[in-house]
This record gives sequence, structure tokens and C-alpha cells, in this order.
Amino acid sequence: MEVINEIKFTMPSLSVNESTARAVVSSFLIQADPTVEELSDIRTAVSEAVTNSVVHAYRNTKGTIELTVRLLREREIYIRIKDRGCGITDIEKAMEPLFTTAPEEERSGLGFSVMQSFMDKLKVKSTPGKGTTVTMRKRLSAHGD
Amino acid sequence: MKIDIKTENGAAIARLSGEIDHHNARELRMQLDKYIIAVQPREFAIDFKNITFMDSSGIGLIMGRSKLMHECGGILEVRNPQPYIKRVLKLAGIERIVKIT
Repeated sequence: MEVINEIKFTMPSLSVNESTARAVVSSFLIQADPTVEELSDIRTAVSEAVTNSVVHAYRNTKGTIELTVRLLREREIYIRIKDRGCGITDIEKAMEPLFTTAPEEERSGLGFSVMQSFMDKLKVKSTPGKGTTVTMRKRLSAHGD
Repeated sequence: MKIDIKTENGAAIARLSGEIDHHNARELRMQLDKYIIAVQPREFAIDFKNITFMDSSGIGLIMGRSKLMHECGGILEVRNPQPYIKRVLKLAGIERIVKIT
């Protein structure tokens, strides 16, 4: 993985930081000149992953969320969202569309589906009691070249 | 996030502006539910024309209001979603339960 540029951003698991994370990613990606649609896709995927950390990983507790964004060669964007929350016991189940453990908050259970649809690649690693790391990649079109 | 609810020609319309995510969906949900329960309109439209961002929190918001409207004997409509928001709505198959215009 040849990294052209990278930022690392750490934030407390406050819901207000869902929009902070989107803003950070948007600012960083300006240099890659993504299309409006590409930027929307990435912002939405990041919002879903950070929300998962806020709502599920640190439910009733507070912790730290680490956001890493890398611009790679050939206009590929790498994003990692890492928490040290409760972890996911059954990742396959958690990734099923409409599956949610927070129906009382009207969570639609579509977070991972949105990440999968809007990004090219999605990987989820989790250890119960230790935390979850979501990595996503998306190659931007040649629009900005 | 701003919300403006009015009744026009017998139907209620809520015009939203700003971003819909998990953080602000709760307040939005409370305001919309308060109006629906108090007024019990037969038709209730949510106008997304000025919504600049929406993730799957917006899907939960729409589905929840649709259910409440149904329980109150009315119907919900989603108006003017931007193309990008339409993609999120389509992913959720929301058009099967709510009219989108």
C-alpha cells in the first residue's frame, strides 16, 4: 500500500462527532478532487461506521474512535474506523440487512449495507470485549486527473 | 437542522433543512411525532428538498413516521429527495412502503 497522504483523527464517542468525522473526511479528500457522488458515498459510509461505534460499541459508555484516511496511488481512498468498545459477537449476523440491536433508537439495520453499497471494499474485524475495526476502500474516477 | 411544519390545503407538510444523521434524528423524531399525535393529519408530507446529507438514520426516521401515521389512520409521503438521498432510499426499498414524489 503506497500512501501518498494520510490523516489520523481521534475523537470521543459523542454523537455530535458523526458530523465532525464527515467534515474531516471531506476536507482531506478535497486534494483528490472526487465527484460530488463519490464524496457523498464516502461521507455516508464514514457516517455509518462512526455511528455504529457511538451507538453499539460504546452503548451507555464513552470511549475513543480513531479515524484514519489515506490517499493511495491510483486514486484509491482507504478509510479505517477503529473503536475499543464491546465488539461484535457475530459479524455475519450484524452485516445482514435490517438486523439491528437498537430498534428502540429506530436504527434501520442498514449501516453495513450502506457501507458495502457505497464503497468498493469493506472489511470488519472485531473481538468481543476489545473492539471493532472497519476498513473501507474506494477508487475514485479519473475525473480529477 | 431546521424544521418548519405547516398545513396546506388540508395536508400537513414538514420542510426539513440541514443534515439527517443519528445525532439529530432524535430531536427531529420528537418534533414530528409531537405534531402528528397532536394534529393527526390524514396526509403528512416530509419535504427533503433542503436536506444536504442523510445516512441510514433517515431511513429509520421515515419508517418510524410512516408507522405512526398508519396507526393514526393517515399516510406519509416523502417529497423532493435529492438524487443522492434517493440512492439511500432505494437501498432500503422505502418506496415499497412510502410514496416518494
